[in-house]
Amino acid sequence: MTLSPLVVQAVHEASGGAAGPAARLAWLTIALPLLGVVINGLLSLTRARAKAVVSLVGPGVLLGAFAVAVAIFLELRAAPPEAPLVVTLWPWIHVGDLRIDLALQIDQLSSVMLLVVTGVSSLIHIYSVGYMGDDPGYARYFAYLNLFVAFMLILVLGANLPVLFIGWEGVGLCSYLLIGFWFTDKANADAGLKAFLANRIGDIGFLIAMFLLWQTMGALDFATVLSRAPGTLSAAAATWITLFLLLGCTGKSAQIPLYVWLPDAMAGPTPVSALIHAATMVTAGVYLVARTGVLFALAPTTGLITAGIGALTALFAATIGLRQHDIKKVLAYSTISQLGYMFLGVGVGGYTAGIFHLVTHAFFKALLFLGAGSVIHALHHAYHATHSHDDAQDMRNMGGLRRWLPLTCTLMWIATLAIAGIPPFAGFFSKDEILAAAFARGAEQPVYYLFYGIGAAAAFLTAVYMARLMAMTFHGATRVGEAEQGHLHEPPVSMTGPLVLLALLSLTGGVINLPAFAGGHEALEQWLEPVTHAATALRPLALPTGTTEEILLGAAIAIGVLGLWIGYRTTLGQPILPARSAPPETGFARVLYRKYYIDEIYDAVFVRPLVWLSDKVLWRVVDQGLVDGVLVGGGVVGSRWLGRLGSRLQSGQVGLYVLLFLVGAIWVLRAILG
Amino acid sequence: MLLGPALGLSALLFSIGVAGMVLRRNAIVLFMCVELMLNAVNLAFVALAQVYGVGGYLIVFFVMTVAAAEAAVGLAIILAVFRHHQSIDLQNINLLHG
Repeated sequence: MTLSPLVVQAVHEASGGAAGPAARLAWLTIALPLLGVVINGLLSLTRARAKAVVSLVGPGVLLGAFAVAVAIFLELRAAPPEAPLVVTLWPWIHVGDLRIDLALQIDQLSSVMLLVVTGVSSLIHIYSVGYMGDDPGYARYFAYLNLFVAFMLILVLGANLPVLFIGWEGVGLCSYLLIGFWFTDKANADAGLKAFLANRIGDIGFLIAMFLLWQTMGALDFATVLSRAPGTLSAAAATWITLFLLLGCTGKSAQIPLYVWLPDAMAGPTPVSALIHAATMVTAGVYLVARTGVLFALAPTTGLITAGIGALTALFAATIGLRQHDIKKVLAYSTISQLGYMFLGVGVGGYTAGIFHLVTHAFFKALLFLGAGSVIHALHHAYHATHSHDDAQDMRNMGGLRRWLPLTCTLMWIATLAIAGIPPFAGFFSKDEILAAAFARGAEQPVYYLFYGIGAAAAFLTAVYMARLMAMTFHGATRVGEAEQGHLHEPPVSMTGPLVLLALLSLTGGVINLPAFAGGHEALEQWLEPVTHAATALRPLALPTGTTEEILLGAAIAIGVLGLWIGYRTTLGQPILPARSAPPETGFARVLYRKYYIDEIYDAVFVRPLVWLSDKVLWRVVDQGLVDGVLVGGGVVGSRWLGRLGSRLQSGQVGLYVLLFLVGAIWVLRAILG
Repeated sequence: MLLGPALGLSALLFSIGVAGMVLRRNAIVLFMCVELMLNAVNLAFVALAQVYGVGGYLIVFFVMTVAAAEAAVGLAIILAVFRHHQSIDLQNINLLHG
């Protein structure tokens, strides 16, 4: 890599304050994981069994990156810059008026993302050492995982949209590689392809948004665009740009209508689901909306659509989550639902609320996925030992696991209480803030009250399906066979250690933005203020206070507690049969289990017509008929016919040649003399 | 000086040569037609040399040299063709037809 301090050509700020030594080293956070990619990648090609080195390098580079991220955060806290610090690494595209540098932007928002990404990634890397220890593709796994982190950090740190887009596409690539990590199973490879293609649709939106932005603003770097947009960008242009950006975000962040890839993405290893498909990559859309908040503030229509999509997705995915049997599928739909919350938050203009939920969700959802990974790990080993072919991810095969996995059970309950919004766990504060923001926006446009209602309903369902998940997995009578029970045990400390740390964060994560009623002073809100104030100034949001706030809080807590209670009671109130003897669902439960048949509908509406068009029209008519038949075949026939005609002249009769020669000579003479 | 009749005779001889080339099929006759055309041109050169100077006479010697060489090569080819085909009728010698 040519990344070196020497290429840090210039650090220019809009106003005052120079980038400190840590901010200048921001490139290290990207370079360190890339170093891991090189080492692990080479090892995976040459010495696939070099486990010790990989175990050291894989998580090691991440811890290094995390240390740099902490240093940057401390430096920003010590001397908060007014304007974002832009570190230009090297000029990238200089054509005509287009000036794109490979530049990193360090400000309050990117430092928060930097901490979350490197922190959670470090924990998940350490967890992976235990989880993937026996996998033959161990080095390859860590190479992919490191590459993902490098791209995610490019996405988070990019100072302009094209650099962000490098990261955006890169994380998509890594997602594809890791979903299809066990590619010998065709279903896994298909799931990776589905994720990649669904993301492509969104990426087209992202590209068009960039083109429009370049056409209207003549710039693509955040500093220029966001500072000039309020005066120069028309409302219509802002609406179109943000709508296309939103399309990109729905792809990456798995929102309606492009969410379908995320549940299938669970085909990848569980730590990947935790890192990429819960904690970091899928939140990129939320980050992008918050980053370009000024543009969204200029386009209230897009804000409305964003909030609507978010609320609908939150409810829609939560209902599907009620009836899934695969523990990871439940968590996948839960992730989609929670991402919907974040979109609701940033859509109503509560950028801090969205980012806050992004952070707390990263903690508790990573914990849930890794906890589920522990359960799957334990069951998988048990089934392996008894040569059983039962599904280690099907909750109908679990039950009563608390006896064998007490620590995992406790930690997952902490995450469950956090996601269900029970105080004082982290999720309570962030979810409450999003709902409060939606409610506050309702004073301007009543439709936001509806979004609040949908969000509250989704919160209820969240509590229900999480209680169901916990009850089916850890409580009630066990459905694990006698033979397997002896093989169940807690995972090694490399796996439980990260779980404990994440549980602590899930428990206390709310502190980072503790609201006034709980004795805090909204630290995250104040921290992000320099980044969000331009957007919030355009579209002010007055959060409810006093009695209204108390009623909303009471309602949120009541919803959470009630949901948990109902979910727990109804799940254990009826007998659960193991997967192999369970009858198929009937009625609406079947519709939910089959995910509203959305995959089938997409298949019928988009996939099959496209395949039909490609097969019957593009292949048989256009390619075989027009290209092969008319153009290629016609060319052959034409030149053969011309050749026949020409060869007739070649009669072998001297007399004819002389005659033609004579005619030609006379014709030339005529041309010369006449 | 007789320039006009000389050029007229030259044109007549050339035309006879061309007509023979087009119409006859015997290789020897065709060969003679070529000689006829060459000599028609020679006649034209000689006639015109009276008007335009000595260059015309010079060309005639070159043409006669070429004609002599051509006669040697051409007759040799015809002999070889005859040995091969037992015929010098050009209608049958059309191996290069399309």
